[in-house]
Amino acid sequence: MNNFVILPILIPLLTGIFLIFLTRKVNVQRIVSLISAIISIVIAFTLVIEVKTDGIQVLQASNWDAPFGISIVADMLSALLVLVTSIIVFSVLIYSFKHIDADREKFFYYPLVQFLIVGVNGAFLTGDIFNLFVFFEVMLMSSYVLLVIGGTKIQLRETIKYLLVNVIASALFVVAVALLYSVVGTLNIADLSQRIAEVEQPAIITAIAILFLVVFGLKGAIFPLYVWMPGSYYAPPIPILALFGALLTKVGIYSILRTFTTLFYHQPEYTHSIMLYLSILTIIFGCIGVMAYMDVKKIIIYNIVVAIGVILFGISVMNTEAIAGSVMYTLHDMLIKSALFLLIGVMIAKTGTSNIKRMGGLMHHNPLLGWMFFIAAISLAGVPPFSGFAGKLMIIQGAFKAGHYAGGIIVLFSSLIVLYSVMRIFIYAFWGEKKEYDLAPEQKKDNRFLMLPIGILIAVSIAYGIGTEAVYTYVSDAVQVLMNPSDYIQAVLKEG
Amino acid sequence: MEILMSVVIGILFTIATYLVLSKSLLRIIVGTGLLSHAAHLLILTMGGLKQGAVPILSENANSYVDPLPQALILTAIVISFGVTSFFLVLAYRSYQELGTDNMDELRGNKSYE
Repeated sequence: MNNFVILPILIPLLTGIFLIFLTRKVNVQRIVSLISAIISIVIAFTLVIEVKTDGIQVLQASNWDAPFGISIVADMLSALLVLVTSIIVFSVLIYSFKHIDADREKFFYYPLVQFLIVGVNGAFLTGDIFNLFVFFEVMLMSSYVLLVIGGTKIQLRETIKYLLVNVIASALFVVAVALLYSVVGTLNIADLSQRIAEVEQPAIITAIAILFLVVFGLKGAIFPLYVWMPGSYYAPPIPILALFGALLTKVGIYSILRTFTTLFYHQPEYTHSIMLYLSILTIIFGCIGVMAYMDVKKIIIYNIVVAIGVILFGISVMNTEAIAGSVMYTLHDMLIKSALFLLIGVMIAKTGTSNIKRMGGLMHHNPLLGWMFFIAAISLAGVPPFSGFAGKLMIIQGAFKAGHYAGGIIVLFSSLIVLYSVMRIFIYAFWGEKKEYDLAPEQKKDNRFLMLPIGILIAVSIAYGIGTEAVYTYVSDAVQVLMNPSDYIQAVLKEG
Repeated sequence: MEILMSVVIGILFTIATYLVLSKSLLRIIVGTGLLSHAAHLLILTMGGLKQGAVPILSENANSYVDPLPQALILTAIVISFGVTSFFLVLAYRSYQELGTDNMDELRGNKSYE
């Protein structure tokens, strides 16, 4: 029993409720959100250390014993994801101070971000599959409002689609949970894992597993369910886009990782080979997307699709190296995607356009921006010693070891295309003659402050890349639990 | 009884799918409402329908109904209630702003600059 585990959910929740009462006092809201974000980082860091020293931490809510009550479980994977989430939220909040317009700030932007974090952290930490659905809904509800906040035409139009897709996905989630309950008779992930192992996953459970794959695939944007994403993510302002791009799809992919390593791992020749083909198609369609557009936002959004494909590929290979690679790559991708979104936010603010053909010569205006973009771009593509390298290397090692040569080569080739797509932004936007941009007077802002949060994210990402060896000792703990569900079951059920 | 309910759930899913695929936004919202009804009914049916018993488990009870599906449905109903009301407000607001409720005219190829 450890009450500490609930804090990453509780703190944003209380902060969010508190902030609702301060809507008109924007400065107070900023300070309170920032303090809450700092506390969250400290707590997440402590949680990681605690899990490292004492093993998986479990809280049985209201002291109901494990299979009957709701368990909150922090294993290494959850703890690391919570830590990265809190770092991203901290940076995005600082960025929002100067980037989100005053109207949105007055209309519940900061409380909504906190509620989004409640959902995201809750989904990472819960040990109960129905509770996962509830936290998904908390997260989605805040994301609907964040997507539409400001009420511009494009936001309204895209929110309708996003909402519809997610309502249908949620209904399917409920259906999947109901079917699973009728077959296995429990909802606790540890208990489910144990019982599914006892009956050795009959065909009906495999069918339910595929239904779960569809549900999480819709949230995580895998092929062919990603089509809603480029449109919907295009609509909101940059800080919201950065939060969505870094966190929401990763929650989907985390759920796939958790369910398909802990619950539905008995029929890999069926479930995991479907995931393998889907992941390769996701990578291919993502690559087509990143090459097809001249719009920075669209290019980076399609890069999310490619990354999701790579992570899913690692999960579907399902050996220790590949899973470790997937975990490493997920953490890296969350950091670097949010940094990239914040960077293109500054570029758009400086030039007044998101079309790279109309940009140019930004290196003269702001060399720091250029260098940071360059570092972010090459670490996205996975150039050593930056952070994307180790994850991809391990995924490909795992793939070759398991005999998936074609898949491994496609992942390698996708790195080249990713590199091409971001270098194209770099060349068009930063090289060339110095251009004068005719911005409206109210658009001309001092963007130097925005470099701070981006700098934090890039610094963390560089540290992650250079300190891969140290990070790996933590990641290997996470993989240990994922590859041996008995550790997870032991930790949750023995508490009772 | 379970078989009858399964048929009802199937019919609800069919109607919901038909409505969600239509072009009018309001019909789509009604469709999502039916979809969540079908899902809730499914939870209830999957928990096992036993008539004439209460969901209380005491040591010497002879028959009882599984209480968990009811707890799940209650949660799911509240969520879908919230989402549906948000969807309705969103639909009304976008009808005011965009001047249409036809999904064909809400495609992504139009910019409002």
